[in-house]
Amino acid sequence: MSLLPAALIDGVMYAAWLFLVAVGLTLIYGVMKILNMAHGSLYTIGAYTAITLVTQWLAGGSEPLFSYVLLIVAAVITGVVLGIIIEYGLLRHFYREEPVVLLLMTYAVFLILEDAVKLIWGVEPYVAYEPYGLLGNFTIGTLSYPNYSFVIVGAAILSGVALALFLKFTRYGKLLRAVIHDQEVSKAININVQRYFLYTFIVGAMLAALGGALTAPTISVAPGMGVDVIVLAFAVVVIGGLGSLPGAALGALIVGLVRSFAVHYWPEVELFSIYAVMAIVLAVRPKGLFAAAEPRKI
Amino acid sequence: MNTTFNPQRTGMVAAAYTVVALAVGYAFPQWQFLLAVALSKGLVALGLVLLLRSGLASFGQGLYYCAGAYSVGMAMTYLEWNNLVVLLVGATLLAAVLGGILGFLLARYRDIFFAMLTLALSMILYGLLMRYPVLGGSDGFNVYAPVIFGEKLSRPALFAVTVILTGVTVWAIQRYLQSRAGRLGPAIKDNEVRVEYLGASARRNIHLNYILAAGLAGFGGGLSSFSIGHIDPDMAFWTTSGEFVFIAILGGTRNAYAPLLGAIVLELIRSLAYQYAPNTWQVVMGASMLALIVFLPGGLISLTQRALEKRRARQHAQEAGL
Amino acid sequence: MTSRTLISAVGLHKQFGAVVAARDISVDITAQTVSGLIGTNGAGKTTFVNMLTGYLKPDQGTITFEGTDITGREPRDITRMGIARSFQIPQLFTSLTARENLEIALGIAKSPLTRAHEILAQFGLGAYADSVAGNLPEGVRKLLDISLAMVAEPKVLLLDEPTSGVASDEKFAVMDRVMDVIRAAGVTVLFVEHDMDIVRRYSDRVLAFYDGAILAAGAPDDVLNNAQVRQYIIGEPLPTTANAEAPHA
Repeated sequence: MSLLPAALIDGVMYAAWLFLVAVGLTLIYGVMKILNMAHGSLYTIGAYTAITLVTQWLAGGSEPLFSYVLLIVAAVITGVVLGIIIEYGLLRHFYREEPVVLLLMTYAVFLILEDAVKLIWGVEPYVAYEPYGLLGNFTIGTLSYPNYSFVIVGAAILSGVALALFLKFTRYGKLLRAVIHDQEVSKAININVQRYFLYTFIVGAMLAALGGALTAPTISVAPGMGVDVIVLAFAVVVIGGLGSLPGAALGALIVGLVRSFAVHYWPEVELFSIYAVMAIVLAVRPKGLFAAAEPRKI
Repeated sequence: MNTTFNPQRTGMVAAAYTVVALAVGYAFPQWQFLLAVALSKGLVALGLVLLLRSGLASFGQGLYYCAGAYSVGMAMTYLEWNNLVVLLVGATLLAAVLGGILGFLLARYRDIFFAMLTLALSMILYGLLMRYPVLGGSDGFNVYAPVIFGEKLSRPALFAVTVILTGVTVWAIQRYLQSRAGRLGPAIKDNEVRVEYLGASARRNIHLNYILAAGLAGFGGGLSSFSIGHIDPDMAFWTTSGEFVFIAILGGTRNAYAPLLGAIVLELIRSLAYQYAPNTWQVVMGASMLALIVFLPGGLISLTQRALEKRRARQHAQEAGL
Repeated sequence: MTSRTLISAVGLHKQFGAVVAARDISVDITAQTVSGLIGTNGAGKTTFVNMLTGYLKPDQGTITFEGTDITGREPRDITRMGIARSFQIPQLFTSLTARENLEIALGIAKSPLTRAHEILAQFGLGAYADSVAGNLPEGVRKLLDISLAMVAEPKVLLLDEPTSGVASDEKFAVMDRVMDVIRAAGVTVLFVEHDMDIVRRYSDRVLAFYDGAILAAGAPDDVLNNAQVRQYIIGEPLPTTANAEAPHA
């Protein structure tokens, strides 16, 4: 079937995008046990910031290739600024509360940021396709793909590998794994858990913003673009197991391929194929594919 | 907190609420629409309150709200049914049965998993409705005035019916909350392990509450569709469910009247926000939610509780012979 | 008085990875007796209790209660059949008052809620009826935890370290109160304890666990003076004067 290579390639590319978008969410949950519903807003604001920077830069007639650096800069700025405001300014003071309360707080932040976007950037969509088209296309047989897709695939692989290496081999990474495993014990052995929370949240926010920033040149950036992303990211992360990095990668791959095959072979079911997969996985493995073992409570 | 609940008192409060609401609507006819919609949405939030009391936050009540409304809309359009009782019973039953089926899956989950799984399920419905024109597509359906005893309901009559139906429903739920099964919710939230070791099934109680919540949402969806006159897939979008969560938090979870209070206040604030600052409605909602969580976690109903306690304290002081 | 076997455990085996928590445990519990379970931490006492009450399913072996096989059943089923338990760390509804805690238990047991007053009085908790459970002192929380287990009028009650966390001068007061209520109701008791004075004072029979197996079982004096039990569990060898007191005439 000539559809198969297209379905596979599309699936993998979509999976890369999904991973990039979702990895920040699973990182924050893994360390802080918070499901950040404002994740979609961070994605959105990353996109808007990227568009603004790139548009300004290109309007000045400067070197177009540098716009790629600006995409990353946009993500970093968004992640750091919003990360500090949200974690240090708000969430930090409520860690004692039940998880549902924190979830609702991140939902409230999401609502506020959604309108903040409209207030800052207005409701009209923005476009900046130059970085997207700049690299040209490549063809495999009859199929043609923009080379920009590799930027996203590359970013996904890079962030995944970097995080994995960080957690496994660096000193801070190992301490972070201790915090992921047991917060109370980590505090007892004098790990500054608060500071790790802040840094983790900032990195998670940067990754979300990076997803948005890299996606921005491929779409028209408009308010509400983060709303669908939250649900997708959640599906990916839950299938893989909340807090698991390899789980997020596997979840992204599964969701990406399922959606791609749906689009190519059975378009009607595309929209809910993802949620159906999620429901099936959870019915069989309630905590996701790579769930952590839980200690005895009594 | 009282151990012995007075069933008569519960009935009197429900009657008082009904009378007051009807009086307000009679005195201020321009508010009838807003109140009718608010009360219907309050019923959806009431179902959420049942779940919140057990420690579960559902971000997917929109599924049943939408399903109930669509059962009304599609029955009117395709089957040309228009009897109020038939339509509402159908909406409630459909939603409750759906909740019963999905509850088998959902009652096993807690905390964040429960919240997000309910969200995903409502998004499945949204996807279905958007995709298939026979289900209305993105346009949805129009809903016309229902008929009762052969007469088409006028707007004031619809308002009165809404008030009475919500009054009866809230009374029934109040009695449920006072029953053995109803009181198990907060115990499950507090210590589910202990509940199991006392011989009760937490999962069964949660499943029951989930079915009740689904039925309430379907009922509210059907009821609100008459007042609003139109239904579309956005009712199943997760942000609609988020709004019900906000109503539940705004009102509080203390009793069955709290979500009604929350819904009315929400509609009031929303009308004001749309009038004076249209692009800031979500900021207002988000900021209010944060403020509530921090400063008034018991919701607006806890203010009435404080007022009642102050009055009781004063009475005791008087009785102590000062 | 006819003594009948109420609970019969045969060949229980439980393993967690490489750790064998229960090694071919077979035990009979006679009705209306009080059995003390002793042993070092990790010896398998709590695993045994958890298997009896349904928290764990044994890998092998069966547990029979009044002739019915209860192996691997859910905790709530086992509770409904008549086996209740208290917890090492009291499992209470910390946001509710003591009275409300009992009312929840009474509601589940389909008993009239007015019994709460009576049960509180039995356990000497009347003064705490309207205090929030989360704020109660430790000894009171223990008693409340045990009273909750007694609400359903069980035939068997398992107490998991009933005096741990209770101040030494209060231990006997707490246990006296608990055992008075329990004996009056004719309940069969198993309790896990580290305090040998408590074990000696209240048990009809003692089961000593070590390394997942039952090292010794029998009358308290026999078990507590058993050389291996003293060496591995109690940690103190027999005093030499005891040898001098061997019958001389």
